[in-house]
Amino acid sequence: MKKNLRVLAVLAAIAAVQSAHAQDAAAEGIAKYREMLQDGNPAELFEMKGEELWKQKRGPKNVSLEKCDLGKGPGVVKGAFVELPRFFADTGRVQDLESRLMTCMETLQGIDVKKEVNTRNFGKGETANIVALSTWIGAQSMGMRFNLSQSHQAERDMYEVGKRLFFMRGGPHDFACATCHGEDGKRIRLQDLPNLTKNPGDGVGFAAWPAYRVSNGQMWSMQHRLNDCYRQQRFPEPKFASDVTIALGVYMGVNAKGAESIVPSIKR
Amino acid sequence: MADPMRIRAAEAGGVTTVRVLMSHPMESGLRKDAAGNTIPAQYITDVVATHNGKPVLQATWSGAVSQNPFLSFKFKGAAKGDKVVVKWTDNKGESRTDEAAVS
Amino acid sequence: MHISSTRRTVLKSTGAMATLLSLGIVTAEQAHAAGRAGFDAKTLDEALKALGGTPATNAQVTIVSPDIAENGAVVPVGAVSKLPNTTEIYLLVEKNPTPLAAGFVIPAGTEPDVQTRLKMGQSTNVLAVVKADGKLYSASKETKVTLGGCGG
Repeated sequence: MKKNLRVLAVLAAIAAVQSAHAQDAAAEGIAKYREMLQDGNPAELFEMKGEELWKQKRGPKNVSLEKCDLGKGPGVVKGAFVELPRFFADTGRVQDLESRLMTCMETLQGIDVKKEVNTRNFGKGETANIVALSTWIGAQSMGMRFNLSQSHQAERDMYEVGKRLFFMRGGPHDFACATCHGEDGKRIRLQDLPNLTKNPGDGVGFAAWPAYRVSNGQMWSMQHRLNDCYRQQRFPEPKFASDVTIALGVYMGVNAKGAESIVPSIKR
Repeated sequence: MADPMRIRAAEAGGVTTVRVLMSHPMESGLRKDAAGNTIPAQYITDVVATHNGKPVLQATWSGAVSQNPFLSFKFKGAAKGDKVVVKWTDNKGESRTDEAAVS
Repeated sequence: MHISSTRRTVLKSTGAMATLLSLGIVTAEQAHAAGRAGFDAKTLDEALKALGGTPATNAQVTIVSPDIAENGAVVPVGAVSKLPNTTEIYLLVEKNPTPLAAGFVIPAGTEPDVQTRLKMGQSTNVLAVVKADGKLYSASKETKVTLGGCGG
């Protein structure tokens, strides 16, 4: 009886090693596939569009966005992406990249962003323009490391709000962000899930969006990614650039301090 | 007017590597939308790349080429500053021509 | 409206081939033949027949594709030929509804080394077929296609 158990144990161990090996081979294969896609990221097409939109005179006021203040002074784009979200004195609140672009489009160009930019219009019109702009602005900080400010009280408050939201369970599945992103080593099918309660590493999580998704040929900014997370949890979806999404951005961004941005990246 | 392509042409050791990203839905005509209707085929069927007016590549594509297609090829005989022109035509007769200087 | 078959044939050779035709790089016959031959074939064998017959496997031809593709919508595929006088390169995806995915004409001075990205509905053999000195040669490789899932 004991001998049989021992044989079974050995067989089980061999099977486990073999399946682990198969798993490693699969992970290696996928890593190679992702590497092959790096050269020639279709995100570059959106980058080109974003640069054009930044410089183009548009809206009822017929002005370009070149004086837009993304946090480092009017018109300063390089380095802005890795410091967002942050507090802005002119609006008196903490804003992420997308909401800040909305502010600039409204105040500088006179575009009715409340009407034009929303989650019903992902991929269309002004919402798509914001994504293209985000892609280009993100690209100008490629390779730089996240360094969000927590010097303003509002920034610290938003961090705490973001943290609460991150762990808040609800919806029909009783999920929270933390259900998928609260621990090391989690995975959905073939996608490794980064632990967003801390710095998950270079080019991962907060440091990887906006990204081009090959599965649907769409360019997704962080707003779209968060919206889809909520949709997958079967939560009601947040409004575009709502305080909830900005707070989560602060939480993830501050946690990712020091991580290298690879934006715009390419995803499955 | 179709969206512009991103063309990069880099010369090294006499060989110019051209990398092109084209903006195109590349709809194969095999997909159906949510209502069950077939989404009509719209895909690039022909690509021609020229250098100093001479063709350096010609491609014939099907709807099996991915959306926002990527194309890379190499040719000899170009010098830095020369122009490489790429033109695509799709099954609906739409086309787009862009150029880039060899760096 | 009734279009004669000759007109249809001529229409087939519009586009890039017409350019090569007008530049004298290819003959009218080649333009027509290379136009869309094989792209409608529904099996690998039919596609190969349309290209000119069964190619001989040759180690000088390489097909570059990943072992596993995380998503079948965008799979990087390339072909390289070390055979002299390689004039055409074709990429085929065996299990696709129409296996012939792309064809390339390689003029003199251009390296027989092309890369693009293809759609694959399922795990499949991917083939590079090249024409060198008028004969067909090939290389083949299996690419597994997975469906990633919810993340990323």
